[in-house]
Amino acid sequence: MNSPIVNRRDLDFLLYELLDTERLTERERYAEHSRETFDAAIETAHRVAVDYLQPHNRKADLNEPTFDGDKVSTIPEVKEALDVYCDTGLLAAGQDFERGGMQLPATVAQTCTAITKGANVGTFAYVGLTVAATNLILAHGSDEQIQRYTPYMLSGRFFGTMCLTEPQAGSSLGDLRTRAVPQDDGSYRIRGNKVFISGGDHELAENIVHMVLARTPDAPAGVRGISLFIVPKYLVNDDGSLGPRNDVKLAGLIHKMGYRGTTSTMLNFGENDECTGYLVGQPGDGLKCMFHMMNEARIGVGLGAVMLGYGGYLHSLAYARERRQGRAPGEKDPATPQRLLVEHADVRRMLLAQKSYVEGGLALGLYGARLVDDERTHPDAAARANATRQLALLTPVIKSWPSDYCLRANDLAIQILGGYGYTREYPVEQYFRDNRLNPIHEGTHGIQAQDLLGRKVRQEGGTAFDTMVATMRATVDEVNHDGPGSLAGEAEALARALEALEETTRALRAVGETGDTERYLANASDYLDMFGHIVIAWLWLRQAATAAAAQPASDDDRAFYQGKLAACRYFMNVELPKIHHLAALLRRGEDTPLNTDPDWL
Amino acid sequence: MKILVPVKRVVDYNVKVRVKADGSGVETANVKMSMNPFDEIAVEEAVRLKEKGVAEEVVVVSMGVSQCQETIRTALAMGGDRGILVETDDELEPLAVAKMLKGLAEKESPDMVILGKQAIDDDANQTGQMFAALMGWGQGTFASEVDIQDGSIQVTREIDGGAETVKLKLPAVVTTDLRLNEPRYAKLPNIMKAKKKQLDTLSPADLGVDTTPRLKTVKVAEPPKRQGGIKVADVAELVDKLKNEAKVI
Ligand SMILES: Cc1cc2nc3c(=O)[nH]c(=O)nc-3n(C[C@H](O)[C@H](O)[C@H](O)COP(=O)(O)OP(=O)(O)OC[C@H]3O[C@@H](n4cnc5c(N)ncnc54)[C@H](O)[C@@H]3O)c2cc1C
Ligand SMILES: Cc1cc2nc3c(=O)[nH]c(=O)nc-3n(C[C@H](O)[C@H](O)[C@H](O)COP(=O)(O)OP(=O)(O)OC[C@H]3O[C@@H](n4cnc5c(N)ncnc54)[C@H](O)[C@@H]3O)c2cc1C
Repeated sequence: MNSPIVNRRDLDFLLYELLDTERLTERERYAEHSRETFDAAIETAHRVAVDYLQPHNRKADLNEPTFDGDKVSTIPEVKEALDVYCDTGLLAAGQDFERGGMQLPATVAQTCTAITKGANVGTFAYVGLTVAATNLILAHGSDEQIQRYTPYMLSGRFFGTMCLTEPQAGSSLGDLRTRAVPQDDGSYRIRGNKVFISGGDHELAENIVHMVLARTPDAPAGVRGISLFIVPKYLVNDDGSLGPRNDVKLAGLIHKMGYRGTTSTMLNFGENDECTGYLVGQPGDGLKCMFHMMNEARIGVGLGAVMLGYGGYLHSLAYARERRQGRAPGEKDPATPQRLLVEHADVRRMLLAQKSYVEGGLALGLYGARLVDDERTHPDAAARANATRQLALLTPVIKSWPSDYCLRANDLAIQILGGYGYTREYPVEQYFRDNRLNPIHEGTHGIQAQDLLGRKVRQEGGTAFDTMVATMRATVDEVNHDGPGSLAGEAEALARALEALEETTRALRAVGETGDTERYLANASDYLDMFGHIVIAWLWLRQAATAAAAQPASDDDRAFYQGKLAACRYFMNVELPKIHHLAALLRRGEDTPLNTDPDWL
Repeated sequence: MKILVPVKRVVDYNVKVRVKADGSGVETANVKMSMNPFDEIAVEEAVRLKEKGVAEEVVVVSMGVSQCQETIRTALAMGGDRGILVETDDELEPLAVAKMLKGLAEKESPDMVILGKQAIDDDANQTGQMFAALMGWGQGTFASEVDIQDGSIQVTREIDGGAETVKLKLPAVVTTDLRLNEPRYAKLPNIMKAKKKQLDTLSPADLGVDTTPRLKTVKVAEPPKRQGGIKVADVAELVDKLKNEAKVI
């Protein structure tokens, strides 16, 4: 059973009322665009999503890819959908016109991919990885490499992968062991084992271009010894035709909880010592190259988590508007008709929580994408630098907060469907399983927390942090504090949260300055939780201010804006206060986890 | 050959339409609008004829508010060559549209006009027929197959209980049914190309047409809510209910 992927009215609100995306057309890069072209691209993405991706979402979940020792098989709908996706130009949506792209702003391109993820994240992953691999070559590859691979990747003839993880090197990439030995012809011999490589083998495209992290023989230990290589499944001739099969072997498929449509592979490079790879960028710059592209990839992960949460929210909302169960508390007469679920306050509590998570998360992801656009195209150099700083600070939050809270939204969606939500006849349990990946890949939740507190908050003496707090405080001052549409209470709640954030951060940094990094980072996940909630509260205040000032054009529109105000109130009154609990434990330096001996567990 | 394709901007087929509180019509403010799905099929058919080399030019026209330009651009992104908007804020009835199409046909001299068989907002199913009558052209309505031969076309029509094939002299009018084809998506690069294609704007007066409505909308109402079903004990009770309560037998 299919349900809507996203509320288009909400998307319009966020893109055009909150973020004023149309103004991007004033920038040279987007001068040929207009709201019309943005909407047309979103429309095409939505149609492909509804007509080709969503219909086989469950089928792909029930029929995982299989490997017969020679070839991988996937259900035919996957290839059909991907062919349409590539043919419509969605894969190249953000690329330059000269490369056959549509040169869309990141804000709009991310919207398009978000919609397709919401429809079927398992099938989308193949093209998502291809875009990431292509961007990597475009940013760091030589002209020759760009020529040889990217046109075919952008057309969908070749797909791509990202090969980082090894059995002994998951979170700690610095410990990876795959080796790359230089050859006389300038290429490298690659040898090593990778695990969890998404899209690592399949018959969905003619070729697969693996982006592999490996170390050269004399490289230093740790992350500075890691280099990046292109390792194609089939070598590619000068004319673009396929050459011999490279020595990359599928050792087996991994069977997962969710994301089942995507092959998860164990790959052996150089079993016969005949695996050819080509260095991208400088030796030792492998991780730097990868992480250069990470901001956007992580916004993509965050938005993917949002969309799975969003699908669950919309499905449980529709369900709660149809299913009747129980009567009003205090109603004793069994002859009265049953109420709709949505008429129970406790069910509305679960709907509001979901709404505040998914619409808040969508605002955060699109705001992040807008920072990418500002970093690239803002006419003012200081504004560009500010966007870079803010983006660096927020990236762990944009990745992790939705991965955490939109998964909780999925849990609530199941709860609203009761016993039915627990069955495979309804999509909500699959959304939950699919979404469970997001706190794990692209840097686990804990690793993101360490990135936020350990690096980003302290960067440049805390400049980004201070600017972010000032930006949020400006909203507190700007919103209407009296008269009709007053948001004084909501603004006050955010103001107090910001004070707590500053105080807590100061206290923590004092611990950091003692040099006891272990203690400094012991509760980093709680800090991430607190920081994320405050950023979301800020975005809710902005949404509420926009909604309060809007002129509704119809009754439906009025209800839409009221919904924004209600979700903001819910977040400020019910969700945000928890940060004061987190602030207290962070400030006192809660040390139970730190001091618990592993043997006691 | 030149083909003219009229396209209408309607409330998107996914939108749950709501009647305005005063019963004067349906809510369209801030509601997602799209090209009438039957018109998409018409555009697709015209573009395919162009790709086959049968047609040289596909001209897309729309009539209505200025936002109809977006609908025309969508058709241009699908492969139309240029567009014409007859801009008016008036409510347009099929007869007015047919008359304006006549004006345009006289200017443009198309060999064929392909329309949707009806629009999903008012379901009138009249414009193509009225236009053909005004022009004195042959019409192949509810087309599920269109086959071009020298100077004529063969149209397979969906009719009750089967299909009927008619042969029409050109110029002619075709209206599309669902099975005619599956319309393509606007590819992203083509959306940008469409922006650069010519789009002219005219007014009804330029075509000498008075668009004053000839009909008055008395009231628009929601369909009655579906009642829940009931279980009957036996056939006798069913027959009794059908006879005395539902009064259908
Ligand atoms: C479905 C799926 C798809 C994937 N796709 C890809 C892919 O395409 N390419 C690719 O390269 N990889 C991929 N991965 C691998 C993924 O990136 C890793 O699983 C992830 O980086 C975590 O590594 P790990 O599984 O080895 O866990 P570990 O690193 O063993 O972590 C286990 C737990 O320990 C915690 N932990 C680890 N180190 C620390 C530390 N220093 N401090 C505090 N806590 C710590 C983690 O937060 C986590 O909770 C994929 C994984 C999955 C499940
Ligand atoms: C795996 C499984 C095994 C089961 N085994 C059995 C079994 O062996 N025997 C058996 O008899 N049943 C069994 N059940 C059924 C189970 O007890 C019901 O699913 C459960 O009681 C909830 O009912 P429901 O699914 O109809 O959800 P609903 O009652 O429709 O509830 C849906 C949501 O609405 C909320 N809600 C409902 N009414 C109110 C109200 N008045 N006020 C506020 N909120 C309300 C609920 O809290 C819930 O969040 C099983 C279910 C599952 C999934």
